[in-house]
Amino acid sequence: MIDIITNMLSMCIPFSVALLLASIGEMFNQRAGVFNLGCEGVMAMGAFVGMLIPFMAGGGGAVSEWYNFLGFAAAALLGALFGLFFGVVTVTFRAPQGIAGIGLQMFGVGTAGTLFRHFVGGTQSIPGIPDIDIPLLSDIPFFGDVLFSHNAVAYLAYIFIPVAWYILFKTPWGLKVRAVGTNPRAADSMGINVSRTRYEALMLGGALAGLAGAYLSIAQAKMFSDTLISGRGFIAVALVYFGHWHPAQIMGGALLFTLAQTFQTIVQSMGISFPYELAVMLPYILVIVVLSFTSRNQTTAPVSLGKPFNREIRT
Amino acid sequence: MENKIRSLRMEHISKRFPGVLASDDISISVGEGEVLALVGENGAGKTTLMNILMGLYQPDEGRILINDEEVRFRGPEDAFRAGLGMVHQTYMLVPSMTVTENIALGYKKAWKHMHLDLAAVRSRVVEISERYGLAVNPDAYIWQLSVGEQQKVELVKTLCLGAKFLILDEPTSALTPQEVDELIVLLHKMTEELSIIFISHKLQEVKALSNKVTILRHGKVVFSGNTDDYSSQEIAAKMTGHEIVLPKNQGNPSNDEVALSIRDLVVMSDRKTTALDHLSLDIHSGEIVGLAGVSGNGQRELAEAINGLRKVESGSISFYGKEIAGCTPREVINEGMGYIPEERNTEGIVPAFSIKENFILKDVSSAPFSKGGFLDGKKIDSTAESLVERFDVRCPGISTAAGSLSGGNIQKVILAREIERRPKFLVAVYPTRGLDMGAVEFIHQELLAIREKGIGILLISEELDEIMDLSDRIAVIYKGSIQRVLDKAEATRERLGILMAGVKEE
Repeated sequence: MIDIITNMLSMCIPFSVALLLASIGEMFNQRAGVFNLGCEGVMAMGAFVGMLIPFMAGGGGAVSEWYNFLGFAAAALLGALFGLFFGVVTVTFRAPQGIAGIGLQMFGVGTAGTLFRHFVGGTQSIPGIPDIDIPLLSDIPFFGDVLFSHNAVAYLAYIFIPVAWYILFKTPWGLKVRAVGTNPRAADSMGINVSRTRYEALMLGGALAGLAGAYLSIAQAKMFSDTLISGRGFIAVALVYFGHWHPAQIMGGALLFTLAQTFQTIVQSMGISFPYELAVMLPYILVIVVLSFTSRNQTTAPVSLGKPFNREIRT
Repeated sequence: MENKIRSLRMEHISKRFPGVLASDDISISVGEGEVLALVGENGAGKTTLMNILMGLYQPDEGRILINDEEVRFRGPEDAFRAGLGMVHQTYMLVPSMTVTENIALGYKKAWKHMHLDLAAVRSRVVEISERYGLAVNPDAYIWQLSVGEQQKVELVKTLCLGAKFLILDEPTSALTPQEVDELIVLLHKMTEELSIIFISHKLQEVKALSNKVTILRHGKVVFSGNTDDYSSQEIAAKMTGHEIVLPKNQGNPSNDEVALSIRDLVVMSDRKTTALDHLSLDIHSGEIVGLAGVSGNGQRELAEAINGLRKVESGSISFYGKEIAGCTPREVINEGMGYIPEERNTEGIVPAFSIKENFILKDVSSAPFSKGGFLDGKKIDSTAESLVERFDVRCPGISTAAGSLSGGNIQKVILAREIERRPKFLVAVYPTRGLDMGAVEFIHQELLAIREKGIGILLISEELDEIMDLSDRIAVIYKGSIQRVLDKAEATRERLGILMAGVKEE
């Protein structure tokens, strides 16, 4: 029994990384007042590019770690470009964000699939990146497996949580982001460039979504397929609401969701007689239930979320 | 940059918005230590002019000179750098941030590369608030503060950012009478160091504060002069283009039957605290009862409870003998209750609907506007035309979106709808808040006219003059219960002020 729990929990951390990166990215978008439903599409593009580079370099065989790094870097850059593009559409041209996001999602998922079939073809795997056992700490029974023997990107993603918190609450840029998402008119009257700040947040959010996608293909699945992202981009958007736009609470949400997912995998693999359809549904139901019970605390919400800003038009 | 602003002039400023000429060849000038009052009715172009001065709007024509040198402001940052600071009518604060964080937004000296030096901002806030006697708590969140406190934050903010020239857009429009007096004293002290332009249409403040006055009407300067040379009446007449004398309630007190009888009413506020604490009040038909009090003492909750918009915890509301506590808004309306809500733009009208649609909001499913499930367009149009005419709603047409009208005209639309329904009683909450003199005059006349017809009115207001002009009796509310009810003859400003502050009379 303890083995099962250890097994379940040790899967939880690495499996949560993609969600975590994407939802922290989405948090920056939303804090600045723009929600990007296209997260799923950006992740798909990131996953494809991230996988393509080590695959091309090694033809499916072993490659230098640098190619994996290059894959991540390319995915982040591409994600930032998608964020920039989304900014042009929603900030400069003030298109409705929901529709624009759905468009971006379809474009990203579709393009990634098409390019994948063109450049790669069928199911091809890549070696991926290895787990690193942290000396001494990974020898601790139970905690060693659960916390201290994962791949490097997983560690970095978790280190990024306090960094994101610091950026948001302790730097001038974070202050600007929070202001333009809550009362852009006030920010504008204080001489803050609302559009520019929103662009910057969207690019950071896009880069993180791209990284999240690349994590799925390079570190987690070690392959790419059309269904690799399977709704994680949308879950990431939901987790931002769930976590009240706060990095620590978003991390909690990502872990909870992943735990439910690993739980259902384990239930299935152990052959416990439980309708697997229900087990697969569990994480998603959990998100809906928790979302409907979380308090809507208007004092932290970026209340200008989804509203384009135009200085000379009064609302 | 540290130089004082000895003079500021705006010359021949024009600004066009789609369909309107908001500023038409306006020139103003302010010297060192002077206070200029910029006066005019709503929509006269005062705020637009100040937004141009702050670089928020670009003028189509004209120029701005500071110390006789021409300046160009591409954005508010340029204006800050020149030493200008503006307190906007709708406060420019981020509610989810603390006072310190809000000020840090503009205090670039604290912006280090990877770090925001909030401690430096905080000490600057403390320094400024002590120097000018503006008591603010630097660690409070904005959403926790009252409107008056938020305004102090705005003033501290502007001063922290180094303003040597203050622009105040209707600084008193949301303040209680006590807060207004306090503000006037504060601003007087500040004029020792600063020049001020303030926008207002309240003439007592103009008289109390300013040296010079400039009056705008329809985007044009119609008058400029020294404040002391003119009386309030003269300024009011120049502002509206005609003499204004606000009507007074000259009638005899009503001895008619009790229309609305409230007994031991208990109601909760949005924050789940007790808003009304066993409140009791009787209002007769044909009588105006003014409810005086500092805002936030339960006025809003009382109006909502009467109209079925807020849950009644205990107590009774009897309306011509029928119990309406706990009824739905529809049932209360059907009993003959009229309601002018506090927030005219969000509760009084549907802004995106046309004027004629807003007229029939409460009668969409009954005759004469609805027949067999269809709306009768002709009937609606003809009613709307006659209401617009009778209530002098200034609008391009009855199909114009109600939200695009000015505050005074929106209030006339609401008043027209409520009066046209021939209510048995009217609850009017802050009916003239933020309106110009012309509109106030009109609304006061209408309220007195329906009183003559035997309709009872509960008038909730924070303007003591309004309450004293219109009421037969005045009830003072404090912390959710009625302190005392005074007859018109016994009420004085001083006595009401003492009661409103919660002091019990023996």
